[in-house]
Amino acid sequence: MRIVVAGYGPAAHRLVETLARRGFTGTITVIGEEPRPAYDRVALTSYLKGTGAGELTLPDPGASARVLLGDRVVRVDRGRRTVTTRDGHEEPYDVLVLATGSAPFVPPVPGAGRAFVYRTIEDLDAIRAASAGATTGVVVGGGLLGLEAADALRGLGLATHVVEMGPWLMPRQVDEGGGAVLRGHVERLGLTVHTGTGLDRIEDGRVVLADGTSIDAGVVVFSAGVRPRDELARRAGLPVGERGGVVVDEGMRTADPAIYAVGECALAGGMVYGLVGPCNAMAEVAADRVLGGSASFTGADLSTKLKLLGVDVASFGRLSGALDVTYMDPVGGVYKKLFVSDDARTLLGGICVGDATPYTLLRPLVGRELTASPSDLLFAGAGGPRVDLPDDAPVCSCNNVTRGEIRAAIAERGATDVPALKKCTRAGTSCGSCLPALASILAAEGVAQDKALCEHFAHSRSELFDIVRVRGITTFSRLIAEHGRGRGCDICKPVVASILASLDGGHVLEGERAALQDTNDHFLANIQKNGTYSVVPRIPGGEITPEKLIVIGEVARDFGLYTKITGGQRIDLFGARVEELPLIWKRLVDAGFESGHAYGKALRTVKSCVGSAWCRYGVRDSVGMAIALELRYRGLRSPHKLKAAVSGCARECAEARGKDFGVIATETGWNLYVGGNGGFTPRHAELLATDLSDEELIRSIDRFLMFYIRTADRLQRTSAWIERIGLDHLRDVIVGDSLGICADLDAAMERHVGGYFDEWRATVEDPEKLRRFVSFVNAPGTPDPSIVFETRRDQITPVLVEVTRS
Amino acid sequence: MTPTGRATAPGDDLRTWVPICAYADLIPERGAAALVAGDQIAVFRTFDGRFFAVGNRDPYSGAYVMSRGIVGTRDEEPVVATPMHKQVFSLVTGVCLDDPETALPTYPTRVTDGTLEVSVE
Repeated sequence: MRIVVAGYGPAAHRLVETLARRGFTGTITVIGEEPRPAYDRVALTSYLKGTGAGELTLPDPGASARVLLGDRVVRVDRGRRTVTTRDGHEEPYDVLVLATGSAPFVPPVPGAGRAFVYRTIEDLDAIRAASAGATTGVVVGGGLLGLEAADALRGLGLATHVVEMGPWLMPRQVDEGGGAVLRGHVERLGLTVHTGTGLDRIEDGRVVLADGTSIDAGVVVFSAGVRPRDELARRAGLPVGERGGVVVDEGMRTADPAIYAVGECALAGGMVYGLVGPCNAMAEVAADRVLGGSASFTGADLSTKLKLLGVDVASFGRLSGALDVTYMDPVGGVYKKLFVSDDARTLLGGICVGDATPYTLLRPLVGRELTASPSDLLFAGAGGPRVDLPDDAPVCSCNNVTRGEIRAAIAERGATDVPALKKCTRAGTSCGSCLPALASILAAEGVAQDKALCEHFAHSRSELFDIVRVRGITTFSRLIAEHGRGRGCDICKPVVASILASLDGGHVLEGERAALQDTNDHFLANIQKNGTYSVVPRIPGGEITPEKLIVIGEVARDFGLYTKITGGQRIDLFGARVEELPLIWKRLVDAGFESGHAYGKALRTVKSCVGSAWCRYGVRDSVGMAIALELRYRGLRSPHKLKAAVSGCARECAEARGKDFGVIATETGWNLYVGGNGGFTPRHAELLATDLSDEELIRSIDRFLMFYIRTADRLQRTSAWIERIGLDHLRDVIVGDSLGICADLDAAMERHVGGYFDEWRATVEDPEKLRRFVSFVNAPGTPDPSIVFETRRDQITPVLVEVTRS
Repeated sequence: MTPTGRATAPGDDLRTWVPICAYADLIPERGAAALVAGDQIAVFRTFDGRFFAVGNRDPYSGAYVMSRGIVGTRDEEPVVATPMHKQVFSLVTGVCLDDPETALPTYPTRVTDGTLEVSVE
C-alpha cells in the first residue's frame, strides 16, 4: 500500500510514527512545505530564548518514510489517485492523508501586509530580525497564542502591547474573574493590555485601534486565531465546513474513502481542534483505520494548562454550570473556580489562574462524583485532600493515557519511575503537565518500596539524607545500627559517605569514613583498567600559567605518566601506582595545585570560553565567572558528578547547555540553564532564569545545587532529577521559596564554602593517612609487579599480565 | 568446613604461616594487599574483628585490585566488591555471589601475638 501524507507537522509526524510502531509495511511519502521535518510547535517560543531549531525537531518517527521538504501538494486527482506538487512532482497513492494544518488568521485591515504571524520557525526568525531595529511591539490577539507571542516580543526587548477584541484576556479559557487576575500578572510584567477593541489599521511605525487609540509599534504580530488549510480539499471537491475544515467521519475519513484528514485542517464532529492532544488522537485513529482497525475519534478533552509569562493558567471541563465555587486572592494573583452540577455532587469543570496545582488532580475527575467538598478541592494538591483517580480517568490528555494504563505499566511492564512510565506509555512526553501526577501514581501504586537503596537500607537516598540531617548522625555505624541492617555494601556505603561529606564536611578518609569510600575516593584518584590511578589537578576555568603547565609536564615526565587533555579543560596524568600518589600530590601541592576531585561524585570542572577579555564577540567575563564558580563549589559532594560551564556570549563556545549547570552571558546579565549532560543519554540544559546579576546567579546556583544534593536519588544526574520533580517546581522552590527552605539551603552552601580544604594537602600532611598508600602492606618498598606498560605514540600504555608464582 | 576466617584450625601447626602485618595496621572493613611468595593476596578485617584472605586478582578485569574493594555483608555473609565492576565475592568461600562459577582463591588466616599470618601452602 502506498500512503501519501500532505503536510509534515506534529499530526503528520504522529501518523507516520504510529504506522511505523504498528508494523506498517507499505511505502509512506510525506510532503512538507516547511524546509525542516516536523517540530514541536507547542515549544515554539523557546526558540527565541535560545533553543535551537534542531532541539524542537520531533524524534525520527522510525519509519522508512520518504520525506520531501520545501515542497507542497497543490492538486489532488481523485480519479487517478495522484497528487501533484508545486515543483511538478507527481505521486500516486492508495491512501492520501491531508495533514495541512492551519494558517494564522490575518484580519483584513489596511496595512495588514506590514504585520507578522506567529506559527513557524521562519516566522520567528523574521520577527527577531525586525525587532532588532525596534523598541515597541503590538500583538493582536490576547488568547493563548497571543500571550505566547507577547512573551516573545518582551523577551526580544520590546515594550509590548496586547490587543484583544474580547472583553478580557484568554476569553476561551477563563472567565471574567480569571481574566482580571491574569491581566494583573501581565501588567506587572510591564505589558500594556487593551481589551474590548479591535484593530482599525496599521501604519508605518504605529497601529490605530478601533476606538481611536494610537500605539507606537515597530513590530506588529497577528495572533488572532487560525483558519484550517482546507484549500486542497476544496479544489478536489471534498466537503468542507461552513467556517472551514475538511469534513471527516469518526474514522477521520473524508467523503472520499481513499482520503483522510487529521489535525488542525480536519472538521471532526463539527469542530476544528487546535490543541496537540486531539490532533495526535486523530492521527492515531487514522493510522488505525488505514491498518484495518476501527478506532474512532469522538471529540476530545479541551483542557489546557500552561505557563504564560510566568503565570499558571489552566482550564478543564465545562466552563459553566449550575453552581460554582470561587476563590480569589487579588494580592497573591490567584483565581480558582470550580463548576459543579446543581446537586453539588458532580464536578463539571474549572479554571485556575496563578496556581494550577488543582488542575492535575481534578481534571481527570470531570463528570464524576466529588470526593470532597468543592471548597476543599480548590486547594487539592497543596496539602489539600488526597484525590484518588479511577482507572478510566485520563492522566495525560496530550497522548490520551489513562490512570489504568499507567497502573498496568507499573504492574505488568515493570516501570518503576517517571522516565520509565514516559517510555512505556508516552504519558508526559508532550506538554509535561501530568508529570507530578505520574509521580503520585507511582507512590500510590506502592512503588515506594523500590526506593530502598539496597538490602541494608529500606530508604531512598533523599530519605537517608533527611535522617542524617535531622538526627545529627555523623557515623555510618550509628546510621546502619539504628536505621538499617547488616554492615552495608558497595551501594549504600558510598552514598552515606557522600551524605556525611555534604552535611558536615571533614576529610573523606577520616576515621571510619575511609572504609565507606569507593576506591577512587579512597585513593583520591581515578582507578584505571590495570589498577593504576590517574591524577587530575584542578585548573579552575581552564586558565593556567605557563609556570604551572611546566610543573605538570615535569611531574608527568619524572613519574613516567601518560598525559591527556580532558574534555573539562584540564590535564589527566595516568599510570600512577598507589605508593606514587602522595609523592605526585606533594609536587603538585607545592606548586600551588590542589585536588580536582575528578575521582569524586562532586563538582568536576567549570569550563569556560575565552570571554570578553580577549574575544571580540564576548559580552561578559566568562573565565572570571567560571573560576569564581569552580572555587566556590570545589569539593562539594553530590549524588553524582557535577559539570558546569560558562559562555561569554550566545555563541556558546563553552557548551554550557550540555552541563548540569550552564551559564550564558547576555548583554544584560547571565542566563542560567540547568539539567544538561552528555553521556549515555545526552540532554540539553533548560533555561531556569534570565538576566541575572553576579550575585543573583551565584545565589540561584547555590540553591539549585543544595536542593539537588538533598533530594536526588543515588547516582541521579541533575537531568533525571529535574525530570522527576519538574522544572517549574524547581523554579518555585529556589526562586519563589515555595517550600520555605531557601535560607536553609543558603546556610548549607555557606558552610560548604567556609569549610573547604584541599584533600590532597591534608593527606600529604597526615602520616596516619599516608600509611595506606603502599602496594603491599608486608613489603612497602616493592612496586606491584603486575603493573606493566608498553610504549605507544611515545607514551606508556597499560598491559595486563597474569603474574604466576615462580 | 573451611578454616578460612578462623583464628586457628586443626592441622594449622602443619602449615607454613607467613606474617603479613600487625592487627592494628588494618582498618576495619578495608583491605590491604600482601605479597606472599610471589602471590598477591588481599587481606581484610571485618567489622566484627575477623580476618580473611583471598586472591588479590579480580578475575573479571584481570587487575590486582581486590584489596581495594568495599567490604560489607550480603545476607549476613561478609563480602567484598571488586572496585572495577562491582561483582561481589564471599570473603568466606571466595565464590562470586553474582556468578557462582567464578571464585577467588581463599587462604587460611590466624593471629599470633597481634600479628596477622596467612598460609599459602
